[in-house]
Amino acid sequence: MNSLAQRFSNNGPLAQIGKATSLVSEDDDFSDAAWGSEAGFGSVAKGVPTFTVPNVPDPTAFLRLHTDDHADPSCRIKIQHGTTTLAFRFQGGVIVAVDSRATAGSYIASGTVKKVIEINPYLLGTMAGGAADCQYWETYLGMHCRLHELRNKERISVSAASKFLSNLVYSYKGMGLSMGTMICGWDKTGPAIFYVDSDGTRLKGDLFSVGSGSTFAYGVLDQGYRWDLTDAEAQELGRRSIYAAGHRDAFSGNTVNLYHVKEHGWDFIGNYDVNKLHYDGPGDVAGSPGHGYGYDVRTVGLSSANPPAAAASA
Amino acid sequence: METSFALTGKGYVIIAADTTAARSIVKMKVDEDKIKALGPHLLMAYSGEPGDTVQFAEYVERNIRLYQIRNTYSLRPSAAASWVRRSLAESLRSRHPYSVNLLLGGYDTASYDPHLYWIDYLGTISEVPFAAHGYGSYFALSLLDRYHNPEATLEEGLETLKRCIDEVTKRLVVSPGKYKVKVVDKDGVREVEI
Repeated sequence: MNSLAQRFSNNGPLAQIGKATSLVSEDDDFSDAAWGSEAGFGSVAKGVPTFTVPNVPDPTAFLRLHTDDHADPSCRIKIQHGTTTLAFRFQGGVIVAVDSRATAGSYIASGTVKKVIEINPYLLGTMAGGAADCQYWETYLGMHCRLHELRNKERISVSAASKFLSNLVYSYKGMGLSMGTMICGWDKTGPAIFYVDSDGTRLKGDLFSVGSGSTFAYGVLDQGYRWDLTDAEAQELGRRSIYAAGHRDAFSGNTVNLYHVKEHGWDFIGNYDVNKLHYDGPGDVAGSPGHGYGYDVRTVGLSSANPPAAAASA
Repeated sequence: METSFALTGKGYVIIAADTTAARSIVKMKVDEDKIKALGPHLLMAYSGEPGDTVQFAEYVERNIRLYQIRNTYSLRPSAAASWVRRSLAESLRSRHPYSVNLLLGGYDTASYDPHLYWIDYLGTISEVPFAAHGYGSYFALSLLDRYHNPEATLEEGLETLKRCIDEVTKRLVVSPGKYKVKVVDKDGVREVEI
């Protein structure tokens, strides 16, 4: 139905490709070769660095045809959407936990992705949406945080860092950036988390989860969350919530990466295999329940039957 | 969006369904009962395509009743679930299939254990310790993986159900306002307040 509607609509992607190719072919007289170089006369002639964008009247519309937003399965480029990331603030700092699966459509492209980006010893960024976008722009953010330190002889606040990123992605709005990130850290004001996405949304909060598995993580996270969690309880809650998403969401899983941000900066707590968590639990770590997280593991041997005493003995 | 939950415990099944009947963006009714008692020890929650839901539920209700009149004994939960699933599967291959999702919970008075069946509109059946339909399932299933206890008392079971409802109310944009909750155990079916 979707493809049928597209074929006959005036503003559908196929119609736009048609328009685009017809416009491009009109420009054939001015091919790059005619200017003496196959490389064209783009950025060098102007002396200003520029982006390479698709050579069509509306690059955004063109890009949309080939990327998988709007859940179009016929697209050429798949962006990493399946992810679960979470971060929450509590009495003892900030817990950041993420999964490690990268998917391209139904294919698991990697099970060992680092979705926590270590911006500097006090700032962490999480990765959901386009992996390249998050990696590149959060590293770039790290560069500017360092420049801020050098210029002002003071560490940048989490609020300012996240606002830099949010203003930056907002300036690219509508050009195809795809990121949903949490900027987490510790500054003068204490522990802080900001949610920043490529729409330009920036939210301060105590508890966020982002990605396709976020609903499953929220289910466990919300019910177990309190401000006065101990460090061990908080780490366990982060781990257990990502496990829940890894278990229920097909696009999340493999392993859990856990970080804890305190006054002295962030600590990497550990990497946990989701299958191991299911059957054996996290092992000998703070907050461990001492058994597997899996429902079937946890409830083995239990029964809902309630026969009367006479029937039970018979 | 329509949401329903169900969970088993020590000798009982709890079924909860939201009570809103919506059409487009409008709530047409806020106290609709979407859980039917199909027999003395059998409950069914239904959701899905408006029109189909009630038609199918009443069709099932009357056929289960007819069986009881003819044979004195009511179908056991597993048999009733199989019959309901087959009705749905046969309808699926007709010109106008019923689009109805079901949660079927019953207490088997012969074997003294509760049974819960998750059935979707394609005729998929699965016997489960807990279940959910609708957008609520995205929040409730991970929660139930964590908190459900097959040996919980009715009070504990209702406590867990409350967690599900609270979570959906908290996180779902279009969360339903009220739920009707029914229980089936050795004493039969009844409605409970939460």
